[in-house]
Amino acid sequence: MTMKLKKLSKTSRRNYLTYALVILAFVLLQILSGTGSISSSLKGMLVPICAYVVMAISLNLTVGVLGELSLGHAGFMSMGAFTGTAAAIALQNVIPIAPLRLAVAMAIGAAFAALAGFLIGIPVLRLKGDYLAIVTLAFGEIIKSIFNNLYVGMDSEGLHFSLLSDNTNLLDGGKLIIGGPMGIGGIQKISTFAAGFILVMLTLMIVFNLVNSRAGRAIMAVRDNRIAAESIGVNITKYKMMAFVTSAALAGAAGSLFAMNYSTIVANKFDFNTSILVLVFVVLGGLGNMLGSIVAAAALTILPEALRQFSDYRMLVYAIVLILVMLATNNPTLRSYLDRAKAAVTGKGRKKEAV
Amino acid sequence: MTFLNFLISGISLGSIYAIIALGYTMVYGIAKMLNFAHGDVIMVGAYICFFAISRFSLPPLVGILLAMLLCTVLGIVVERLAYKPLRSAPSLAVLITAIGVSYFLQNAALLLWSSSPKVFPNFFTVTQSPAPDGTAEQTVRTGIELFGGQLKISFVTIVTIATCIIIMLALTWFTGRTKMGKAMRACSEDKGAAQLMGINVDATISMTFAIGSGLAAIAGVLLCSAYPTLVPTTGSMPGIKAFTAAVFGGIGSIPGALLGGLLLGLIEILAKAYISTQLSDAVVFAVLIVVLLVKPAGLLGKQVREKV
Repeated sequence: MTMKLKKLSKTSRRNYLTYALVILAFVLLQILSGTGSISSSLKGMLVPICAYVVMAISLNLTVGVLGELSLGHAGFMSMGAFTGTAAAIALQNVIPIAPLRLAVAMAIGAAFAALAGFLIGIPVLRLKGDYLAIVTLAFGEIIKSIFNNLYVGMDSEGLHFSLLSDNTNLLDGGKLIIGGPMGIGGIQKISTFAAGFILVMLTLMIVFNLVNSRAGRAIMAVRDNRIAAESIGVNITKYKMMAFVTSAALAGAAGSLFAMNYSTIVANKFDFNTSILVLVFVVLGGLGNMLGSIVAAAALTILPEALRQFSDYRMLVYAIVLILVMLATNNPTLRSYLDRAKAAVTGKGRKKEAV
Repeated sequence: MTFLNFLISGISLGSIYAIIALGYTMVYGIAKMLNFAHGDVIMVGAYICFFAISRFSLPPLVGILLAMLLCTVLGIVVERLAYKPLRSAPSLAVLITAIGVSYFLQNAALLLWSSSPKVFPNFFTVTQSPAPDGTAEQTVRTGIELFGGQLKISFVTIVTIATCIIIMLALTWFTGRTKMGKAMRACSEDKGAAQLMGINVDATISMTFAIGSGLAAIAGVLLCSAYPTLVPTTGSMPGIKAFTAAVFGGIGSIPGALLGGLLLGLIEILAKAYISTQLSDAVVFAVLIVVLLVKPAGLLGKQVREKV
C-alpha cells in the first residue's frame, strides 16, 4: 500500500489527500450532528458552506488554473440559483422524489450557467488582465439587473416571461415563479448536506481530472506563457473557453444548491460583494490549491458566526483579520522564516525531491 | 428642453464619476493596483463634511477643506500600513488587501455613525434678502431657472461641473509642469528606471494616494449634495461605477478618466430617462462591454503591443 502510494505522483497524492479529507469531514460532521453535538447555527450553515466550497473551487479554476481574474462569479451562481430553483418548482409535480428533483434542478442550473459562461466568454476571453476583470464585473451586474426585473409565471399553457413589470397574464391556477425584485418565494428546502457533499466531491473530480488531463496542461500553458503556448499550436480560445465554461457550470450547480436551502431567494443576494467574498476564499486558500480553497471557504463562512461574541465588531474584526493575513503571508521576512522552518522539518524529503 | 435637462444632470453626475475615476486611474497608473477602498474614502469624506457642518456648525467651506485634509491623511495612512508592505507581492494579494480595507472602512463607519441614513444638507444655496419695500420675502434659492422655468439648473450642478473642470486643469498642469507631477509620470512609465534617476518612488506613490483621497473627499461632498442620503455603503456603487469609468476611458490615463466619467454619467441618466430606470445599470455595463470589445484598452488607453 505504501509502495503504491509512493509510486503515485505528487499531484495525485495531493488529490487523494483532498478527497480523503473531504470524506473525513463529511463523516465527522454527520456523526456529530447525529449525536446532536454541533450547534443548530452551524447545522444550518452546512449547505451554504458546501455551496461556497464549490464556488471557491470553480473560481480557483478560472483564477488559479486559467490565470484570469474574474470579479463576476456570483453572476453564474445567480444564473444557476434562479434557473435551477424555477425548474424545481415547475417540475414539482412531475418528479415527486425530492433528491432526484434536486439533482435535475442542479443539472439545469449548471447547464444555464454554462450557457451564460459561453456567451460571456466570447467577448471576455478576448480581453486581458484588468480589462477582463472589469467585464466579468459588468456581466455580474447585468445578470443581477435582469433577474431583478424578470417575471416568470407558469400556468396550464406553459411558461410566460416578461421583463420590467408583471405582464405574464397568468390563467387561473397559474403561479408566478420569479417575481422581479421579490425573487423566488415559497421554495421547498430540498437541499441537504449529503447532496452538498456529493456536489463537492463531483466538483473535485471534474476539476482534478480536467487539470491533470492534456487539456488541463494546455490551460496552464496558456496561463504561464500565452505566446509560447500559441507558438506550439495550443488553441488558446478553445482551452480558455473550456476552463471558463466548466467554472461557470459548477458555479451554477452551487447556486441551485444554495438557493434551495432557503425559502426565498432574491437577485441582490448574488452581487459584487458575493463575487469578492468567493475571490477572497480563493486567494487566501492559495491560487491553484483546491484543498486551500475548501479550507478557506469553510473557515471564512464560519468565521463571522464564530466572531459573534464580538457582536457589532465582528465584521470589523473580519476585515482586520483579512488584512493581517494578507500582510503576514506576503511578508518577505516572515516568508523566508517559514520556508526555513519548513525545510528544517522536512529537510530530508526535500533533498530527495530535488534529485 | 427635457432632453437638455437630462443632458445637464448627466454631465453633472458624470463630473462626479470623473473626479472619483481620477483617483482610481492615478493610483492604477503608478502603483498598478485596483484600489477598491477608494469608494469608501468618498463615504468617509462625506461623513466628515456632514458632521463638521451639522454637528459642529462650521461653515461649509471649512467642512469641505476639513474633509479633504482628513481624507488625504487617511489615504496616506492606509497606503503606509496596508499597501506599502505589499509592494513586491502579487497583484491579487494587494487587491484582496484593498478589499479588506474597504470592509474595514465600511464597518468602522457603521460602528461610529450607525446605519441610519443621514440627510446631507444642501449648502449650495443663495439667500435672497427681502426687498426693502416689503414686496418680496426672504427666499432661499437652490438653483437658477432659464427659459421661463423650463430649464432648471441647481447650484450643485454648476458647482460640480465647475469643480470638475478646475480639477482637470489643475491636474493637467500638475502632471505636466511640476517636478512631482513629472516624477509621477516617470514612475508610471518605469518604476525601476525612475528610481535610478533619483526619484523617491515611495514618496511619489504616497503623494498619488494623497491626491486621490483628497479628490475622493470632494467627490463625496458633491455626490451627497446632489443625492442627499448618506449611509456607510454610499461609496460602494459610485466607486464601482467610477472604476468602470476609469476603464472605459483607458485606465491610467487622466483625460481618459474625464471622458469615461462624463460618458458614463450621460449614458446612465439618458438610459434612466428613455429606456428604463431599473435597467439603467445594465445598459451602462453593456455599453462598457461593447466599447471594450472595439477598443480593448479603453477609449484613450494605449494599446501596448506584445514583443516576443
